[in-house]
Amino acid sequence: MTRFLMPILGSFAAMSTARADWELNMPVGVTDISAEVYDLHMMVLGVCTIAAALTFGAMIYALVNFRKSTGAEAESWSHNTKAEIIWTVVPTLILIAMAVPAAQTLVKIEDNRGSEMTVKITGYQWKWHYEYIGEDVGFYSTLASASNSARRLGNEVDVYDVDNYLLDVDQPLVIPVDTHVRYLITSNDVIHAWWVPAFAVKKDAVPGFVNEGWFKVNEPGTYRGQCAELCGKDHGFMPVVVEVLSKADYADWLDAQKSS
Amino acid sequence: MSEAATHDHHDDHGPEKGWRRWVFSTNHKDIGTMYLVFALTMLFVGGAMSFVIRAELFQPGLQFVNPDFFNQMTTLHALIMVFGMIMPAFAGFANWMIPLQIGAPDMALPRMNNWSFWILPFAGVMLLSTLFMEGGAPASGWTLYPPLVLQMGNGFPFAMFSVHLLGISSIMAAINIIVTILNLRAPGMTLMRMPMFVWTWLITAYLLIAVMPVLAGGVTMLITDQFFGTSFFQAAGGGDPVLFQHIFWFFGHPEVYIIILPAFGIISEIIPTFARKPLFGHDAMVYAVAGIAFLSFIVWAHHMFTVGMPLAGQLFFMMSTTLIAIPTAVKVFNWTATMWKGAMTFETPMLFAIGFLFMFTIGGFSGLMLAIAPADFQYHDSYFVVAHFHYVLVPGALFAAIGGAYYWMPKWTGHMYDEKLGKIHFWLSAVFVNLTFFPQHFVGLAGMPRRIPDYSTQFADFNMMSSVGAFGFGLSQLLLVYVIIKCVRGGEKATAEVWDHPPGLEWTVPSPAPHHTFDEPPVLK
Repeated sequence: MTRFLMPILGSFAAMSTARADWELNMPVGVTDISAEVYDLHMMVLGVCTIAAALTFGAMIYALVNFRKSTGAEAESWSHNTKAEIIWTVVPTLILIAMAVPAAQTLVKIEDNRGSEMTVKITGYQWKWHYEYIGEDVGFYSTLASASNSARRLGNEVDVYDVDNYLLDVDQPLVIPVDTHVRYLITSNDVIHAWWVPAFAVKKDAVPGFVNEGWFKVNEPGTYRGQCAELCGKDHGFMPVVVEVLSKADYADWLDAQKSS
Repeated sequence: MSEAATHDHHDDHGPEKGWRRWVFSTNHKDIGTMYLVFALTMLFVGGAMSFVIRAELFQPGLQFVNPDFFNQMTTLHALIMVFGMIMPAFAGFANWMIPLQIGAPDMALPRMNNWSFWILPFAGVMLLSTLFMEGGAPASGWTLYPPLVLQMGNGFPFAMFSVHLLGISSIMAAINIIVTILNLRAPGMTLMRMPMFVWTWLITAYLLIAVMPVLAGGVTMLITDQFFGTSFFQAAGGGDPVLFQHIFWFFGHPEVYIIILPAFGIISEIIPTFARKPLFGHDAMVYAVAGIAFLSFIVWAHHMFTVGMPLAGQLFFMMSTTLIAIPTAVKVFNWTATMWKGAMTFETPMLFAIGFLFMFTIGGFSGLMLAIAPADFQYHDSYFVVAHFHYVLVPGALFAAIGGAYYWMPKWTGHMYDEKLGKIHFWLSAVFVNLTFFPQHFVGLAGMPRRIPDYSTQFADFNMMSSVGAFGFGLSQLLLVYVIIKCVRGGEKATAEVWDHPPGLEWTVPSPAPHHTFDEPPVLK
């Protein structure tokens, strides 16, 4: 049903592809989960849009028709049991109907079985560290130098001349396509959050605790995100970049990392 | 003879002259006025901070402030607006209007009333003074999450004690309000006959008493972690940083309703007056408010879906959160039904109430979206959240407060405010508030995190719109100050009723309300 409603309700989405600068909606993303999350988002947005149309419609009708200036006489009733029952029960049913698919998606997200490789992500003030468990490969990922010099207060660089300003790193996380990647995430100092919108993954990196999650990316490419939990002065300057390679390219990359 | 002397003494008991009237006041009207003036002042202090924020975010790149100062601004903006502006504003309304609406001569505990107000300016100054200390003001966000907040400089204990003081002030105000409502109602004013504003404050006061000590506990644990070697929240000592989030949001979510319930109350007073029709479903409204208050205690972890909760926890908090939509929807429908078949006029208070009705509902809808946990993984800590809570707080709570101020200003001052300027103020506020906050939905969905001083160029256009809106909204509020000053100084004389047969005991006393009212309890028919 969501798929059917989407074209009608998704006027936001239709406009969004025209120009990246005027991006209006959540990305559909490149994982099965992110597509499901997008559908859920569009479903709730659709329900809210319809409910808003009805509620605001009633309000506007009242505002237009029950004005003293047009000679309306106030009535004196203040109860209508039937109406009250209807507008309590109907929203309840709608909420239950929305909660069911949301719960199903949540169960899928939290099902951590079946991982094919594991990456350990550690947040630092203000960079990320990635460690490929069992491969003896690990490195820090920090804001790219072009962005880092352009973002200084009082410098002369036009940030529009910097490619992927604030969303570029010196060394991205590299993973293979079509692979169930489990991530373990923790922090070395304060709480951070690792967010890649295209994967619908956002997980807090909490010092002293290891959180767990997974993603399986369907398309090779470069995907960008940011730290999402306020972590100090350079919170806005520790982006997340994930490069998704074909399985063969990934194997080559991993070999090169091991030998270097 | 003695009887006459007592009587004379009673008549002479007007306000003291000069500063003593305010500093030593035990009069609910004077204390209410002080609360409202304090809140209005803080609106501009917190607003100035949002100007710094929006100026820095006007375009990508850092132009004005360094990131650490930016974080101090976002943190102080929130703390000041929540604890220094909106809560004192509603406390001011409570002081002024609850005794007038229940036919009481004053608040039940007048000296404590004085104290609970006068703590506020000192707490506020102490909080602001951290700006000038080494290390600056708190920069951890108003949520004060450890371990980040523990990295703060010399200002840390001052900021923490300031939060303590603000909490003590709120608790005392809440005790006073409960005691007043339960003991000083005029004969015949049964609980179910109380006006909605009184009802919402009664429930709000209980929420305050329930959760303010919880915040105080969390803040105290922060202090002992910092200075006395405990490790409540320090992982290195076996503590749990997430524990603080549970404590904070167990306070923080009811706090959301502490802010919005009195706003509901004010809206429930304004709409019936200008629709000339009694409030639809008064009793259902009471139950809805009570239902919201109860639910507010069991939804807190929806602020924390990304911390790594077990699946069962996420499911529980998702379901309980969506339930809040039901009583909230009932309230919106009841207000609409109040307008239905009424005879409406659109004076400034009604305009703000209608603005509230539309825009609070928008904030409610985005709240429902945020409740859906899988989608919240995308929304969480993005500008979508910023848009959501500003919709419920600014055109929600703040519009209700402004509407209430216009509604009761003639009763307070004895003069009608300038209706034309009031309407201009409304339309400027309504246009700019949407220009400010609606685009923030879009950048949030497109992936812009909150609390960042600089952003990728793809978010530039909407941020510029948002900044223009914020400057416009802030400047429009100067008009409010002008209207208030003009109304205090003079204007058309207000009648006792002010409006067209408004409901409520407050309209049975003269305008301006005399220094002492209801020395003899009114008789309710």
